[in-house]
Amino acid sequence: MCIKNSNMSETFVPSDYFPVVIFFIFALLIGFGTLLLGVVLRPKRPYTQKLYPYESGNPPVGEPRYKFSVKFYIIAMLFVVFDVEAVFLYPWAVAYNKLGIFGFAEMMLFVFILLIGYIYVWKKGAFDWE
Amino acid sequence: MTGVEMLIIVIKTVIVVSVFMLHVMYAQYFERKVIAHMQARLGPMRVGWHGILQPIADSLKLFLKEDIIPSSADRPIFYVAPIIGVIAALSSLAVIPLWEGLGVANLNIGILYILALSSVGSYCVILGGWASNSKYSFLGGLRSSAQVISYEIAMGLSLVGVMMMAGSANLSDIVKAQSGHWFIWYQPLACFVFVMSAIAETNRAPFDLTEAETELVAGFATEYSGMRWALFFMAEYAGMFIMTALGTICFLGGWNGPDFWIFAYVPKIVWLVLKIYGCIFIYFWIRATLPRYRYDQLMSIGWKIFIPLSLANIVVTGLVKIIWK
Amino acid sequence: MSTPQVLFAYFAVAMTILSLLVVTRRNPVHSVLWMLVLFIHIAALYLFLNAEFIAAIQIIIYAGAILVLFLFVIMLLNLRKEETEKRFQKQWLYSIAISVLFVFFLVLIVGNITVIPPPGPYTADVIKSEGHIMTVGKVLYSEFLLPFEIASLILLVAIIGAVVLAKKRIE
Repeated sequence: MCIKNSNMSETFVPSDYFPVVIFFIFALLIGFGTLLLGVVLRPKRPYTQKLYPYESGNPPVGEPRYKFSVKFYIIAMLFVVFDVEAVFLYPWAVAYNKLGIFGFAEMMLFVFILLIGYIYVWKKGAFDWE
Repeated sequence: MTGVEMLIIVIKTVIVVSVFMLHVMYAQYFERKVIAHMQARLGPMRVGWHGILQPIADSLKLFLKEDIIPSSADRPIFYVAPIIGVIAALSSLAVIPLWEGLGVANLNIGILYILALSSVGSYCVILGGWASNSKYSFLGGLRSSAQVISYEIAMGLSLVGVMMMAGSANLSDIVKAQSGHWFIWYQPLACFVFVMSAIAETNRAPFDLTEAETELVAGFATEYSGMRWALFFMAEYAGMFIMTALGTICFLGGWNGPDFWIFAYVPKIVWLVLKIYGCIFIYFWIRATLPRYRYDQLMSIGWKIFIPLSLANIVVTGLVKIIWK
Repeated sequence: MSTPQVLFAYFAVAMTILSLLVVTRRNPVHSVLWMLVLFIHIAALYLFLNAEFIAAIQIIIYAGAILVLFLFVIMLLNLRKEETEKRFQKQWLYSIAISVLFVFFLVLIVGNITVIPPPGPYTADVIKSEGHIMTVGKVLYSEFLLPFEIASLILLVAIIGAVVLAKKRIE
């Protein structure tokens, strides 16, 4: 597909983000480098008992990845929703000085609607860990 | 962007990262000393003058320790989990403005960049816990990730107030907006919520449930040893520095300092570092003072108190800004 | 090839390979990890469109929230059996052939279309001068007011739905 656009330079490179890439590469080097350097220096004497997962000195019993409380799952779902809400607030906050009272009113409506959901969740006890 | 500019950025990165790593190493010495003196002990004293070489001895020791990987562990994920943490923590450093025009990257979405990387950082804990295939690790990782995601919302919402005040998400602009008064005077509630959620985000006391020695034997890191464990540890301390730097920039005026007498000649970066260390000291102070919270308390505080508080802060800030005009 | 073309080629190839890795891994947690890398690449691609706010959201929402939810679900279900079972049906060869044919025709057709979008008020230069997040804020909260408020209703439904479904599981 060919997109022709008169007012957009076709060769846009986000050069502001070049340092970010360099930091990524450095962090990778530090992460892997420290691990790889040590390989030659450190001892390696494994035996069966040493390689058991820790369970207070006893041989491990049963399945370690047991089914956990569904509470964690609810928290993760609510987190997605409230994170989206927070993301709506960021551009609003940045542009707030230019939006004026109207911008304030519409965000209050947005927050109010979500507050209904928040109160509902609270009343249903999803935030309680009994 | 020319080759010379690129080279300058690479050199800047090398300097910033290596100085930062040194600070991360010594933060742990600082912590041991502070807590020891608060408990009327001396802390490390053997290696060097007042134990000043202790971090170097520690890292050498960790370097030479055997790297034990449990036989039932999921190897690839066990390998990468600590590295994810290190990448997330070190890359956040790119946007921290050290002085006017002296940040490595000057992004318009500075705050969001740090928030995004801190959310990626939560993977290191949950994946590390899962990959170890041990009951303690699994429970620790699970608890920790639920804690981190709960407090992430409160933290993001508390920074909305700061963005409203500055009219920008660029960290340099936020510092410049505070050349008169620091935002802590306008946003005390947001500052409080931010400090609490930053402590919870970095899994520090009193919210260090995941590493509770007495019940979870170090939680997600139980099965990790040697250098691999040290990477987790490095990510945690680097995360502390990033959070305190973000707090300093958003609420304590960043590199702004007193402008009179001899203080005007002090390089501004000194103020930033001093403020960051002040905040780090508060971290340690809290750790030495407060007992650990219970897990259910921790979760309900996050969802029932901090999120409404930060939302209320946004509403009040918006109202005041309209009336002020 | 110029620098942007090289970079775009890298991202296009890397994203295709990463997507294949996501769907072919036996262990769902490995899939999630590859997906995380994939999302970071997608975010980088948004930067080439001068949309840094969308890039940040891509990481905050998709990598930071939705993928964590995936991980929780995978861990909740504890898919031990699925890891060892046969994964592909017998006709996988035919489906690959049909997909390749489809892509071939798609390239043939789409390659011949030329799109000339009308110049709008938000050109790359405007966005660059005031910052993408500011532009999004100004446009979203004035021109696209109604969709924004509808989004809040959708989120409300999502909150209530999440709790209702999960409550059923508890009881």
